[in-house]
Amino acid sequence: MSTSTAAVTLPNDPKLRGDVVLPEPLEGRELLVRGDHDFHSVTEMVCAVNEAPILKTPNGLKFGIALAAAGAAMFGGYVGYLFWEGPGIWGNNNPVGWAWDIVNFVFWVGIGHAGTLISAVLYLFRQKWRTSINRFAEAMTIFAVACAGSCVALHTGRIWMDYYLFPIPNQMGLWPNFRSPLEWDVFAVNTYALVSILFWYTGLVPDFATLRDRTAVKWRRFFYGFLSLGWRGSMRHWMTYEKAYQILAAFSAPLVLSVHTIVSFDFAVSQLPGWHTTIFPPYFVAGAIFSGFAMVLTLAIPAREWLGLKDVITIRHIENMNKVILLTGSLVGYAYGMEFFMAAYSGNQYEGFTFLNRMGGPYWWAYWIMMSCNVITPQLFWFKKIRTNIKITFILSIFVNIGMWFERFVITVTSLHRDALPSSWDYFVPVTEVFFLLGTFGLFFFLFLLFVRFFPVIAMSEVKAVMPQANPHWEGYGHAAGGHDHAGEHGHDHHAAPAVGGVAGAAVVTTGGHS
Amino acid sequence: MSSTKPWGLLAQYENPATLTHACSRVKAAGYEKWDACAPFPVHGLDKVMGIPATKLPWAVLVVGITGSTFMLFFQAWAMGWAYPMIVGGKPLLSIPAFVPVWYEVTVLSSCLTAFLGNWIMNGLPQPYHPAFASKAFERVTDDKFFIMIESEDPRFDSEKTKTLLQESGATLVEELEG
Repeated sequence: MSTSTAAVTLPNDPKLRGDVVLPEPLEGRELLVRGDHDFHSVTEMVCAVNEAPILKTPNGLKFGIALAAAGAAMFGGYVGYLFWEGPGIWGNNNPVGWAWDIVNFVFWVGIGHAGTLISAVLYLFRQKWRTSINRFAEAMTIFAVACAGSCVALHTGRIWMDYYLFPIPNQMGLWPNFRSPLEWDVFAVNTYALVSILFWYTGLVPDFATLRDRTAVKWRRFFYGFLSLGWRGSMRHWMTYEKAYQILAAFSAPLVLSVHTIVSFDFAVSQLPGWHTTIFPPYFVAGAIFSGFAMVLTLAIPAREWLGLKDVITIRHIENMNKVILLTGSLVGYAYGMEFFMAAYSGNQYEGFTFLNRMGGPYWWAYWIMMSCNVITPQLFWFKKIRTNIKITFILSIFVNIGMWFERFVITVTSLHRDALPSSWDYFVPVTEVFFLLGTFGLFFFLFLLFVRFFPVIAMSEVKAVMPQANPHWEGYGHAAGGHDHAGEHGHDHHAAPAVGGVAGAAVVTTGGHS
Repeated sequence: MSSTKPWGLLAQYENPATLTHACSRVKAAGYEKWDACAPFPVHGLDKVMGIPATKLPWAVLVVGITGSTFMLFFQAWAMGWAYPMIVGGKPLLSIPAFVPVWYEVTVLSSCLTAFLGNWIMNGLPQPYHPAFASKAFERVTDDKFFIMIESEDPRFDSEKTKTLLQESGATLVEELEG
C-alpha cells in the first residue's frame, strides 16, 4: 500500500514528463494533462506553432512542407501523364486487372478509419483520453481519404467519364447500377469523406475562434474569423453544438464500419477464389483500424516531440493506442488463420490452391512480409516495456504500415494472377506505379503538414473540458471536493471533484464518476 | 456617458465554479435575455441556466427518414422502372442489393442536417456581436468565463444589474454598446 502512485514525482521539464511511465493508479484514472497547466497554458502550448510568423516557421517544418510539396507536385505530374497515356503506364495485365491502383486505394481508405474510430467510437464510449489525439487523427482521416479517392478515381481509365459513377439525370435515361458493389463503394467513400469533413470542421470551429481572438495579424484575423463563423462560446450554442457533435459521432461510428465493409464487398461479392469469403467485412474493418492506429502513431510520435505537446499526448495515450493495435492486430492474425482453415475445410480445390499459392507461389515474398509485419509485430505489444517504449513503438508502427500495404497487395494481386484457365496465368510487375504510391504519400504529408502549421492540432476546447479545473466544483489543488451545496441541483450527473495526490505535478486524480 | 442605451452588461469570471454560482443567481433574479460564454461547455451549467433541450435531434430524425425513404424508392424506380435491366440474375426489385446505398444516404442526409442545423439553430455564422467590441471578451475562447445580460430584458436596470453581477463574483463588469 505504501507504493501509492503519489510516490512517483514527475520531472518539471515539459520535454521529459510526458514520457514518464506512471504506475497504475489505485483508483480512478490518471490525469489526462501532465504538468502544472491551467486553461491559458494549454492554449499557449497548442497555438504556439500556428501563431509563429510565416517566415519564422521552424526549419524542420519548412523542410518537411517543401519535401512533401515536391512529392505532391510529382503526383500532379504523374496524374497528367496518366491522363494523357491512360492506365497502360501501369503493369496491370490480363488476369491482374486490379493492382496498385486498388491496393493503394484500400490502403489509404483503411488508414482513415482510425481517425473516425478515435473521434466517434471512443467519443461515444466516453474515452476521454481521445481528446488530445482526435483532432489530428481526424485530419489524417480526411487526407487519407483524399488520397484514396484520387487512387480510385484515377483507376477508371477514362478519367473524364467519372461523373457516370453518380446518379446524374442524363438524356439516355441511364442510371448507375445500384446492385453493384462498385457503386456501393462510390456512395460509401463519398459519404465517408463528406461526413469526416463535417465532423472535423465542427470540432475545429471553437478552436478557430481561439486563434481569431488571439491574433493581431490582419490576414489571420480574417482567415480564422471566416472559419470560426463568429463563434463566441455561448452556453446556449454549446448545448446545440454538443448535441450535433454527438449525433455526428453516433452516425460516424456505424459509418466507419460500413465503409470498410463495403470496400471488402468489392472483393467478397465477386466469385474469385481468395476473395469470395464471408469473413472479409469484419476482417477488413479490423485491418483498417489496425493500420489506421499505426499511422496515428507514426504521425503522433514525431508531432508530440517536435511541437512540444508531450504534456497532452502522454505515454499513456501511446500505450492505449498500442493496446488497440494489439487487439485489432490479433483479430487480423485470427482472420488470416481462419481463411486458411476455411480453404482447407471447405474442400474446394480452387480455394485450397489459391491459399497454398499465396504462401509458396510466385508472390511468396509478399505473403511473408505481410505475415511477419502484421501477425508478429502486434504481439510484441503484450509487453508493457514495449508498449511504453516510444522508439520501439514508432518502428513497429512503420512495420504495421508496411505489412498492411502488403496485405492489400496479397489479396488483390495473388488472387488474380492465377486465373481459372492456366493459359492466361501471368505475373504482375509494376512499371511506373511506385511514383503513384510515392505521389499519394507526398499529397498526404503536404496536406498534413499544412494542417499542422495553420490549424490547431489539439482540440483545445475538448482538452480544457476534461481538465480537473473544468469541473464546476473544483476549487483549486489541495482542496477537498467542494460543491455539496450544488449537488441537489444537478446531482445525477455529478462527477466527484478530483482530489489530487499530493506531490508536484499532480500525479494522480481520482474521478469517481465512472465507478 | 453616451446618450444611447447600452446593449447590455458583460461580466467576467475566473473559473467554472464562480460562473456556475453567478448563473444560478442571475437565473434566480428572473432574467430572461442573458447568456453565459465559456471556452468549453461547463458541465451542468445548462440546467442551472434553464436552457431548454435542443430540437436538433428532431430535425435530424425528420430529414434522415425523408432522405432514407427517398433513396430506397429512387433505387427501386431507377433499377426496376426507369431503365429495367437484369444484372447478375437479380430480380428488378432486389432490395438486399439496395441496402448499402440506402444506408449511406441515410447517414449522409442525417449528418448534413446535424451539421447545418447546428449552425442555423445557433444563428451562426454571425460575424458581429456587441461583445466582440470588448477587449476582455477576447479571452472567452481561452480561459475566461462571461455572463452577458441584455438591456432588452424587462428586469434590466443598469445599476441593479451591475450590482448583482459584481456581487456574484465578477472580476470585471463592462457596458456593451449596441
